[in-house]
Amino acid sequence: MVTKYMDYRPGFAQSDHDDPLHGEVMEVNIGPQHPATHGVLRLGVDLDGETMEKVVPDLGFLHRGKEKACEGLGWAKFFPHTDRLDYVQPLINNIGYAIALEKLAKIEVPQRAQEIRVLLMEISRIAAHLIYLGTSSIDLGAITMFFNTFKERENIYSILDAYTGHRMNNTYVRIGGLYADVDENVEGMMREFLEQFSDRVDEFEKMLTGNRIWYDRNRNVGVLTADEARAWSLTGPNLRGTGVEWDIRKDEPYCGYETYDFDIPVGTVGDCYDRYMVRVEEMRQSCRIALQALDRLDQSKGKEFLAEDRRYILPPRSKVMDSMEELIHQFKIVTDLRLPKGEAYGAVEAAKGELGFYAVSDGTSVPARLHIRAPGLMNVQAIPLLAEGRLLSDIVAIIGSLDFVMGEVDR
Amino acid sequence: MTDENNEVAENATQTRVSELLSSLECTVTCAYDGMASVQCAPELIHAICAKLKTEGGFEGNTLVTAIDHGAGLEQRFEMVYQFLSMEHTQRVRVRAMTTGDDPEVDTITDLWPGTAFSERECFDLLGVRFAGHENLRRILMPEGFEHHPLRKDFPHIGIEPDKLYQKWDEERRSAFAEKEAGK
Amino acid sequence: MGQVSLTDAPFSESFAATNLDWVVNWARKNSLWPMPLGLSCCGIELMAMFGPKFDLARFGAEAARFTPRQCDLLVVAGTLTWKMAQAVRLVYDQMPEPKWVMSMGVCASTGGMYDTYSVVQGIDSILPVDVYVPGCPPRPDAVIDSIIKLQDRIQLERPTRDLLEGIPDYHDMGTGAAERQPNRAVIQKKKPGALIGDDI
Repeated sequence: MVTKYMDYRPGFAQSDHDDPLHGEVMEVNIGPQHPATHGVLRLGVDLDGETMEKVVPDLGFLHRGKEKACEGLGWAKFFPHTDRLDYVQPLINNIGYAIALEKLAKIEVPQRAQEIRVLLMEISRIAAHLIYLGTSSIDLGAITMFFNTFKERENIYSILDAYTGHRMNNTYVRIGGLYADVDENVEGMMREFLEQFSDRVDEFEKMLTGNRIWYDRNRNVGVLTADEARAWSLTGPNLRGTGVEWDIRKDEPYCGYETYDFDIPVGTVGDCYDRYMVRVEEMRQSCRIALQALDRLDQSKGKEFLAEDRRYILPPRSKVMDSMEELIHQFKIVTDLRLPKGEAYGAVEAAKGELGFYAVSDGTSVPARLHIRAPGLMNVQAIPLLAEGRLLSDIVAIIGSLDFVMGEVDR
Repeated sequence: MTDENNEVAENATQTRVSELLSSLECTVTCAYDGMASVQCAPELIHAICAKLKTEGGFEGNTLVTAIDHGAGLEQRFEMVYQFLSMEHTQRVRVRAMTTGDDPEVDTITDLWPGTAFSERECFDLLGVRFAGHENLRRILMPEGFEHHPLRKDFPHIGIEPDKLYQKWDEERRSAFAEKEAGK
Repeated sequence: MGQVSLTDAPFSESFAATNLDWVVNWARKNSLWPMPLGLSCCGIELMAMFGPKFDLARFGAEAARFTPRQCDLLVVAGTLTWKMAQAVRLVYDQMPEPKWVMSMGVCASTGGMYDTYSVVQGIDSILPVDVYVPGCPPRPDAVIDSIIKLQDRIQLERPTRDLLEGIPDYHDMGTGAAERQPNRAVIQKKKPGALIGDDI
């Protein structure tokens, strides 16, 4: 009898069918209720010992019918629904939807509103990457990182609470701009947060980047090549981890991103460790962009933050409370907004990838179709690609590093 | 980013794409938001997409969806695909109007494996079938759901939304009661 | 004249039994181990509540086990869809007694802003609920306030009486959706303005 030695290098487990210990393939359900699946995702895994032979994702446990809801509600009342798509970065979703509608309505957003939008987007991106860091670390056992990142997230929540009135799911964006302007108190809080944030990121890196355990669990796990990433419609840090330099902020700029000075981090190997490094560096770059936006806000003080087109844009709140015509105007826009007949696709670079809104209007107040192109759906599709043939403990690292949120996957 | 730059860029895409697809029967226009848009018959979708991928450099697919134009219409579902070329920084949209209440279109998962879930979602929510798709089953609604929710004639509050849950609940309670009675 | 003497009153109303009740309730309420069923956005606020700023562990909810077999408080945080309802019902059934259910957020309480074909319009269609927390998402302070209210309600329960006069059989899976009364304490209709601890 030949004695076979198991190769203990990560990911190279050989399940040998001549081995007398080899048993049957076991079907295991990594069920919708699970701490490490980042929401309600079900994976049907066929296990041969510890090796995953087949992984089948089962989605839809959070399908809330948003695209149908838009047809019922109308364009203006759909903004709160967009927050809840990728709920760790609500403002980016809002802005993506507003961009699609502004393309339909052919509205030019004023510059101050664009600067505030960039600031809010970058802060939301930092918040989303903090969640990625916290949850994927706690899934792999590094519990301290969860508390550290959530402490930083609490700072962001305090800022957004002071500015928008709510900690998350802010719904602060309107067609043509924002709800209200920033004031000095909020600007001070933002500056205080952003100035110390790079040091915090250095602290996080000190805990994880050179850590032997983190390295062993993430290096060469879930390797994605650039061709595979493009064929599987992956965008965002998943694509950039493979070495492709594609970022909508640089290549198809919106909201004035071409005027900001920032770099795009890109990986080499395309494994979980590279995606981790890409996201950490993106946090630093977001901090850099946000500080530039904050400086510009000082210069553009007092300018308007909402465009002027009376057909689609809400009148200012103070006027609504004083004048009957403005009140009726607000009512008409909220309940009966009609965008011109046509179609528009507005895409933003969300923290997870390219978030796109494809809006089709037939000129009436009932939207003909709104399709939300969620990056998370593509990320979930890539789980079988990366996980099949590997050990079961790698699936947690892979899920964490692909970074999807079931709110947008299922919509 | 002024409008003129956008229009110039989109016109460049439109010219390139119409040259590329000159042998196939389709019209290439500029859509409302400026994106190059290809209108064709549903039978040509696969050929056009293959040409865009292999010769056009459109290596990424952005979305696969369909629009339901209304319940009683002869030409009811319109397929919409969108592609992205990272090397040229261009996007193109392909639209095809299908006929009938249960249309069937060729799948493009052989060209882009990443469209598998989007096509399943189209089937699940709208009822558009994709010929050649290996795994065409429901993805967002539970297995056994009978309707296609995103169709215009389906009400947004749903038709007996808890039917499958009640059936499951009934079965397990009766099974438990039998077990208890048999003890 | 209708006076009740010490020999007539049942044992479950006696000094010993009610003080035993007090001790048992005190122990149970101060060690509520939550089962976080974070389904969507409220799940993030739930995680924030376990985080450093709004620490839930100081209320005894230290061990947030993710397995229902070791928990007593099921916190349904987020939108429940009919597809997920089976899993949530199974999770609830796997929890050992005594168990309580908190419906966190408007989506869990009433379906929230989703009046659509796939969303359960309130988890009380499938589970008995003890405390509802509105908000979208509710601030962690609000959830902690609701846990304190739940603790006050647990203090009013009568486990000794249940034991002496027959524990209602919760294990027969009942006949309807919410098979047992959500409040196992004596249910009293409080008049408006009554505070916890008031006698009606």
